[in-house]
Amino acid sequence: MTRIEGSVRGDSGRDSPRLTLEHVSIVFGGLTAVSDLVLDVGPGELVGLIGPNGAGKTTVFNLITGVYSPTSGTIRFGDKVLNGLKPHRICHAGIARTFQNTRLFAGLTCLDNVRIAAHQHATGSLADAIFATGRGAADEHAIEEKARRLLATLDLSDVAETRAADLPYGRQRRLEIARALAADPKLLLLDEPAAGMNPQETEALMHLIERVRRDFGLSVLLIEHDMKVVMTICERIAVLDYGVKICEGSPEAVRKDPATIRAYLGEDVA
Amino acid sequence: MRRVLTIAGTLLALVCLELLLPRVLPNTYYQRILMLCGINVILAVSLNLVNGLTGQFSIGHAGFMAVGGYSAAILSMRVLPPLAAALAAAGLPEPIAEGIVLLLALLAGGTLAAVAGWAVGLPSLRLRGDYLAIVTLGFGEIIRVVITNIDAVGGARGLSGVPRYTTFFWVVLWVVIVVTLSYNLLKSSHGRAMLAVREDEVAAEALGIDTTRTKVIAFVLSAFFAGVAGGLFAHFDAYLNPSSFTFLRSIEIVTMVVLGGMGSVSGAILAAIFLTGLPELLRPVKEYRLVIYAFLLIVLMITRPQGILGTRELTMPWAKKKPLPGGAGGAG
Repeated sequence: MTRIEGSVRGDSGRDSPRLTLEHVSIVFGGLTAVSDLVLDVGPGELVGLIGPNGAGKTTVFNLITGVYSPTSGTIRFGDKVLNGLKPHRICHAGIARTFQNTRLFAGLTCLDNVRIAAHQHATGSLADAIFATGRGAADEHAIEEKARRLLATLDLSDVAETRAADLPYGRQRRLEIARALAADPKLLLLDEPAAGMNPQETEALMHLIERVRRDFGLSVLLIEHDMKVVMTICERIAVLDYGVKICEGSPEAVRKDPATIRAYLGEDVA
Repeated sequence: MRRVLTIAGTLLALVCLELLLPRVLPNTYYQRILMLCGINVILAVSLNLVNGLTGQFSIGHAGFMAVGGYSAAILSMRVLPPLAAALAAAGLPEPIAEGIVLLLALLAGGTLAAVAGWAVGLPSLRLRGDYLAIVTLGFGEIIRVVITNIDAVGGARGLSGVPRYTTFFWVVLWVVIVVTLSYNLLKSSHGRAMLAVREDEVAAEALGIDTTRTKVIAFVLSAFFAGVAGGLFAHFDAYLNPSSFTFLRSIEIVTMVVLGGMGSVSGAILAAIFLTGLPELLRPVKEYRLVIYAFLLIVLMITRPQGILGTRELTMPWAKKKPLPGGAGGAG
């Protein structure tokens, strides 16, 4: 419970572990979806992952979060090897994500959506829950308080009791971020957070990502097609094409990289 | 302290009910239906934990009921009588001595059913939807066939001579226990983890919820209560027969959960009472009884496919709104 209270305060000085992918590959049947990928996200860093559709970006997220197990290579978070861990264990280790096509708990309220992600920090046992002991109540109290604070941070307080499915799309995406934050991550994986947002929403989202990263002391790995977002907020960008990393560097360097222009950006962006 | 008072008050009220019942409702046929309603409420509310809250489709509830019923019956017939005698010798009034024996038998029956739930759930809860339904269906049938073939428990002839310990008091007490604990669970973080599994397993897992563990917990709890209901049933009719625990029995309980609204505890209660009482109310129409029963069910499911209450809960008007552990609407 101390963790619940302490973490939401946002101790930005905290060192999050470094995520490292060491020569990671995954093969589905005959298809190599990700090939020999070397990538790392340092403490507090904001790294972008871009590339054309089908380049394997979301597969990289699924590898990091344990949905898939790499065919070869090692994924580490700090000293911890993530290979073969179940997704919930990886979340407990401090990695939370959002999904490309939002996967909210559509039938539940926004508050419940966020509270669910805080469940892992509940100290009370099942017995505390069903016999409604003092410890169970204390858990509920801490979790609800934390969830409401996160909803406020993401400007969702007014819809706390609304069903997630009834939110407009842009707010659903924000709710997904609130929900991921409730898991107390040290690394946040955002899969196309700006998809389907209008320009104003996208603008607000950029500030939000910056603010959340600072206030919660997070590292962020971001998949995004909106080049304005990526080029503005990312400190470093990796480009994937057919599962292979073809370029990595600062936004300026990536923008000028011939291979990236050919595979993804096109001539006019540069 | 307040909790002790509440429990004491509830027990006192139940004792009063028990003493008043024969005066208010002297007709034993009505008493019988009331108790059957209670047992079915326990079954429906417990199955709701799995099928409604956690969104897993189990159709083997009668199997857990059978495990609990037979083990409780065997205990109170062959193991516990010396205890009953000792208690009586110690000067305890008969209803209390019998109650203690029944309580022990029920807890043991529930525990054995829970163990069965764990043994079935652990391997099979990796399966989803139809596959889990088939495994639980198979489990229920296996239990029934095994019992039919064990001569020591009467086999196909059934087990007679079970002491008639189940009274109105015990049925209502367990209804209160099961319903209260279900509500507590629903309002807790653990209950929300179950809802998360129902809504989206992949997202739940990614947000740190051990989905396998959550499903097994729901399954084991549900099996425990089904076992208790089986024990109550055994000591109610004083006779057990494997044919009471067929696939149709399981389907009947599933119907209650679906009709009440998946995930709604109060819905499951209403539906269990309704579906137990309805066939009795329809007795005057004689042979058309089951036709009308089925017809009413179809009409209900067409007009309210989400069930009587959907995922909502009835809240008691006198229940105070607590400051924080809110979300009485639970499933929203």
